[in-house]
Amino acid sequence: MSVVNQWAFIGVFMAIAWIFPALPLVISWIFRPRRANAIKMQTYECGVETVGDTWVQFKVQYYIYGLIFLVFDVEIIFLFPWALAYRELDIFAFFAGFLFIFLLTDALIYAWKKNALEWA
Amino acid sequence: MQTCINVVETLVPCLVQSGWNPGLAQFVSILLGVVLITMFPLVLVILLIWVERKVAARVQDRLGPNRVGPFGLLQNVADAVKLIIKEDITPAGADRLIYNAAPIVAMLSVILIWAVVPFSPVHIGVDLDIGVLYFTAVSSIGTLAIMMAGWASNNKYALLGAFRVVAQLVSYEVPFVLTLLVPVLLAGSMSMQDIVWAQLGMWFIVVAPVSAIIFYIANLAETGRAPFDLIEAESELVAGYNIEYSGMKFGLFMANEFIHAFTANLLFAVVFLGGWSGPGATQVPLLGFVYLMIKTAIVYIPSLILRATIPRVRIDQMMSFNWKFLVPVSIVNVLVMAALIKVVQLLGLTPPPDQATDLIANLPQAVVLLVGNIAIAAGVLAWLRNAGRRERMQSQSMVLEPEDEKALPATVGH
Amino acid sequence: MLELNPQTIAFFIFSVLTLGGALGVVISRNLIHGALYLIVSLFGGAGFFVLLSAPFLAAVQVLVYIGAIAILIIFAVMLTRSMTQMRELFNQQWWMSALVGVILFVLLAVGVIFPVWGANGSNPNVPVSDEVATTVDLGVALVDGNQYVLPFEVASLLLTAAMIGAIYIARDTEVSVDD
Repeated sequence: MSVVNQWAFIGVFMAIAWIFPALPLVISWIFRPRRANAIKMQTYECGVETVGDTWVQFKVQYYIYGLIFLVFDVEIIFLFPWALAYRELDIFAFFAGFLFIFLLTDALIYAWKKNALEWA
Repeated sequence: MQTCINVVETLVPCLVQSGWNPGLAQFVSILLGVVLITMFPLVLVILLIWVERKVAARVQDRLGPNRVGPFGLLQNVADAVKLIIKEDITPAGADRLIYNAAPIVAMLSVILIWAVVPFSPVHIGVDLDIGVLYFTAVSSIGTLAIMMAGWASNNKYALLGAFRVVAQLVSYEVPFVLTLLVPVLLAGSMSMQDIVWAQLGMWFIVVAPVSAIIFYIANLAETGRAPFDLIEAESELVAGYNIEYSGMKFGLFMANEFIHAFTANLLFAVVFLGGWSGPGATQVPLLGFVYLMIKTAIVYIPSLILRATIPRVRIDQMMSFNWKFLVPVSIVNVLVMAALIKVVQLLGLTPPPDQATDLIANLPQAVVLLVGNIAIAAGVLAWLRNAGRRERMQSQSMVLEPEDEKALPATVGH
Repeated sequence: MLELNPQTIAFFIFSVLTLGGALGVVISRNLIHGALYLIVSLFGGAGFFVLLSAPFLAAVQVLVYIGAIAILIIFAVMLTRSMTQMRELFNQQWWMSALVGVILFVLLAVGVIFPVWGANGSNPNVPVSDEVATTVDLGVALVDGNQYVLPFEVASLLLTAAMIGAIYIARDTEVSVDD
């Protein structure tokens, strides 16, 4: 298959694949009973009514993990073309890649030493 | 010229011969391929749940489902019918559109992976040049689905569960993708089919066992399997992000979990266990499919036994394990593998292209890389032992001081 | 005149996704909805990369922007209290952002249109270049001493700096609210 056809396949796949999980929902929508009432619709809690807003403020640690993940994600993306062409490249390429990863490892060590990797 | 390439590619000439418009014939064949590939995991999941229940039952000295149908095989069909006719409750204050879309997006993120799975030398949805990146990218959409589900439910448990899960998933994606670099380095290609072809001579699990182990662990965490099943965490989060889901929507999340676990192991089999490769697979494509399924089962069933055996880890332990162990080890692993591959290449130990599928020609390279891997493993073990000793010394000196009142770790972090 | 082939149709679909998503980001009062609209918009962008025969960049778009940055945005939204329910569509800085938006639009429009007016502007059928670069070419170019190896390493340094800076700021203004 040509490259365009390949991606046409992915396009058709995306256009169609969601129908299959949606189908059981539609069938269920036809057959299921509808006896909703206010008490049934209440938000689940440990026995008492839920207090206050659900969308509360979360701790900063999630954000820090997200940031570290983002940096690593971008780094690895850069490394994929490098890995792909690696066999055709000379020894210089290895050192270029090594330096690249080494600089990023510095960041990880910094995060570690600053206790940014600690949960709590 | 082979007479039977695969359904999709033989269909087009047939249809064109019988007077169809070539463009339309192409479209119909693509449509057929898509439907086939999409249906496969969805039908498979019924069997998977049965296998899971049987294995779990055996581990716990039970029989498992055995009433409905032969060996209880139809139990899951009955369960599916039950889920379909169940009342479906959308909690008050939920964000309806996002709430309903979340299970579909979750399912989609897993089904889309199957587009690039090579079932046999000729049966593959589409052999993208960037296959490895494609499935990584697609499975990262699953994270989003969980976030949508947790946020739209208007429930504190659900939101808390979703946040924890997302933190877990994004963290374990780092070693997951880092170790994927090693097969790409070895095969010199990101196409799934090329990666399998590169393993005809020697499977990558022999050449890069450390990467394989890290990939397996990261896979377990990505799919939320024990011991990393904080996604459910019944005891703390009463099921986490899908707490407010009921009926078939809940069923979709569960089915999604099973398909995802299987798909992850399938990818492991493709990337490290040689996919469809095996004796006679290039001549008889269907045999390749059988090999792939057997290999997947070999890695899938241990993960089920693990799930039934191991207790859940705490979230702080899980994050530390990832960032302070898996990520550094996989960085070192990538660097050592890259260096060794260059050394092997410079020494001329790489098998010549015409003998790439020959086991003997692959041996020198494999031995060098294997020794390198053993060295990495030994280094890691030595490091672990030192770290463990240091920790023991510290805790011994800590015992003398009175411990201050600390909240339980499980309730501290959320 | 445009001919109606599958690629044109795909282009229109992706345009609608990108522009519609962007519009949704701007006008939705709920920040999480805004983040989800942003994802739709970014997904359209990934589609454009595929149409431009740059599937690697499309995968990057999905992996980094949808898989990482969107998640980060949602984390950031949840970090700030009561930002999920905004009442006002505009704040006092609206004229400033409008100015920046207009300037950016003009710059982009000039940047896009001028090459068409330039060397072979009268003939839009002439492609800018005949070469089709693959991902392998990208890999070679990134670490080749004569090409982009310095930007490659600088990118690493930049990422390191970004991470250190982010950790420093985030740890410094640590929110000790325990919900």
